Amino acid sequence: MKAAISEKMKTLYVVPLTVIIMSGGFLLLRTGMMNQVLTTVFAIIWGTASVLLLFYSLNLLAQLMKAKLYNAVIPYIFIGPAVLIMGWYLFVPTIRSLILSFMDKRGEHFIGFGNYAYVFTDPTMLVSIRNTIIWLVSGTVFSVLFGLIAAVLADRSQIEKLGKTLIFMPMAISLVGAGVIWKFIYAYRPEGDTQIGLLNAIVTACGGKPQNWLGTAPANNLFLIAIFIWLQTGFALVVLSAALKSVSSEMIEAARIDGAGEFRIILQIVIPSIAGSIVTVSTTILLAALKCFDIVFSMTNGLYGTEVLASQQYKQMFKFLHYGRGSAIAIVILLAVSPVIWYNLKEFNKKEVF
Amino acid sequence: MINKGMKAVALVFSTAAVLGLVSCKGNKKSSTAKSTDDKTIRIFGAFRGEEAARFDEIVKLFNEKTGCNAVYEGSPEFETQILVQAEAGTPPDIAAIPQPGMMKNFARRGFIKPLSKEVVTKIDENYAPVWKQLGTADDGKVYGVFHRVNAKSFVWYPKKAWEAKGYTVPKTWDELTALENKMVANGDTPWSIGFESGAATGWVGTDWLEDVMLRTAGPDVYDKWVSHKIPFNDPAVMNALNYVGSIMLNGKYVYGGTTNILTQNYGDSIKPLFENPPKAYMNRQGNFITGFMPEDVQAHLEEDVGVFALPSIDPKYGTPVLGGGDQFVAFSDKKEVQEFMEFLTTWEACAPWAKVGGALFPHKNQNFDDYGNAIERDIAKILVNATVFRFDASDMMPAEVGAGTFWTGMVDYVSGKDAKTVLTAIENSWPKSN
Repeated sequence: MKAAISEKMKTLYVVPLTVIIMSGGFLLLRTGMMNQVLTTVFAIIWGTASVLLLFYSLNLLAQLMKAKLYNAVIPYIFIGPAVLIMGWYLFVPTIRSLILSFMDKRGEHFIGFGNYAYVFTDPTMLVSIRNTIIWLVSGTVFSVLFGLIAAVLADRSQIEKLGKTLIFMPMAISLVGAGVIWKFIYAYRPEGDTQIGLLNAIVTACGGKPQNWLGTAPANNLFLIAIFIWLQTGFALVVLSAALKSVSSEMIEAARIDGAGEFRIILQIVIPSIAGSIVTVSTTILLAALKCFDIVFSMTNGLYGTEVLASQQYKQMFKFLHYGRGSAIAIVILLAVSPVIWYNLKEFNKKEVF
Repeated sequence: MINKGMKAVALVFSTAAVLGLVSCKGNKKSSTAKSTDDKTIRIFGAFRGEEAARFDEIVKLFNEKTGCNAVYEGSPEFETQILVQAEAGTPPDIAAIPQPGMMKNFARRGFIKPLSKEVVTKIDENYAPVWKQLGTADDGKVYGVFHRVNAKSFVWYPKKAWEAKGYTVPKTWDELTALENKMVANGDTPWSIGFESGAATGWVGTDWLEDVMLRTAGPDVYDKWVSHKIPFNDPAVMNALNYVGSIMLNGKYVYGGTTNILTQNYGDSIKPLFENPPKAYMNRQGNFITGFMPEDVQAHLEEDVGVFALPSIDPKYGTPVLGGGDQFVAFSDKKEVQEFMEFLTTWEACAPWAKVGGALFPHKNQNFDDYGNAIERDIAKILVNATVFRFDASDMMPAEVGAGTFWTGMVDYVSGKDAKTVLTAIENSWPKSN
């Protein structure tokens, strides 16, 4: 009984204290009396402390309720602030983009579906839609295929760890970083000059003429996608490799005794057993391909017919300052992503796929 | 009961969360309003590396003079970043904007502050009217001060090899064509051209077209073209583009042909001129290209490098000068900011950079002897005394065109698309309204 009273007393001073600290710190920051470094340090300490205090006070407040009610409410208290903030950062911008996509360049006047008409009629946009589809299909298919092949081979190999490490390593490189590396691989110098690009050095060493790999559409898209595959295969490999370990060895043994060949085992036993993982990996890579902007941006900047939706969105929004078109492209990308995300979530709820 | 309790709780933490969020926002804003009495000035621009280091010397001079703490920071993504910062309410105190169009946009949206009367008076005193005009927004107020500028209508050549071969500087376009043919007959390649420039690939091509346009159609038509009073696919533009094409699309005239034009970096494109023997003999580029020359050439600039103005085509229009430059605009009201702007109009703020090289200044009150070498001194004289100076058209056009389809259009043209298709595509991309 005494403990309960002191709990209540605690509530009585902790809650107002929280309010004072939170609003006081906020007001103090807003005056801008401190210099940049001090502001940053203060904001970090105050921000973290405020969050801790907030949860602590909310919990104290909740404890005032009856036990049954407390149990019902407490999960919402802990997840609530996060959901609200996430909502603020994700939901509000989405709605704003949706509204802007129906507005003119500066987002001042309603113009109906004009921006969407632009997205689906402008020649550059049509090229970017075509390229995005090429990216989605070949980027995803080859990443998963190579990942799967590597996983199966690694599973039966003496040098599994080394092989997997080598293939996985590019995952650690950022997309822009990969772009810079591959720029040197694809580099072109006129005939007769020293070729500084790996690919052209090989071609000329074999007696061929140096090629401008990134210069001709639509083939250049595949050269860009190769970079993406190089990066993503490692991801597919790791996930699929883990899934392979869970395929029951008795089943494979049994198949082998029944006289099935290796190929038949892989196609009819292994792959069906890890289908869930394959789907998850595919959808994840699909999303990455759909959003892929960095490689195009750093390699060709969308020139020579390599524009994709994401790079066009960036250009429209931040270079041409056309908020309407930029938002319309963003919404198109969002709509294209949604079914994949929805499917992924559904699968995720159904079972533990990873 | 549960429902009621939950509502209350939801209310409590939503208020708290909103409070937290508002505070985040306020936090950002606070850095703009940050202590007006501290003498820190944040300057943001697009130039980096060596150029930034040279500008830092100027900033240091200002700091020593006034006791301020001005700091310059450059970013390769300046155009995007400055917009994001302005809209987020966290702009720098001063920005160096390369495009007059962007300055006008910022002025219209109220992001930047007009210059003080004192600074405008200094601009009237120290600059030709064209520079004040370029710094004036649609509301008639002056917002921008020019400091370092560039002039682009120059053709560079390797002096020693050039003289050894007996080539002479052409005065007219016909003489230029004759020279090109003579070089080809000698087994030499006349031009080295490089378009590649990361996210801005293609601007070298737009510069070429602009320069030729000034020479074939004259400044008045040029101005109409820039302000879209004539369409982008007007016969005058087509004519100019064909002149450009007569050089660029001729595989014998350009080192490495069209493929190399597209893939060669603009800075690297000067290097073939200084190989032994030169792989090409001419490069049309702005004064800043000297900074990209091999180090041993830079050390003996006057002996190794020759330069002439891109020859006149129609004698009526002579040899106009095409150029560009960053204008400094103020985002804050601080007294020190206007002091800095005023400082930029003085020759004192230019001389140290002129001595080191790599920069031209439009200031009327300049001392040409301060330039570190004869080449830059001559170019500066050409710039200050030019009867016709025009700002880079692509920097004046709407970004969709000037930093978009015009760049990509020149790339397409060199890739093999015909002039009409290219110009019509650019015309169609011109924004219908602002």
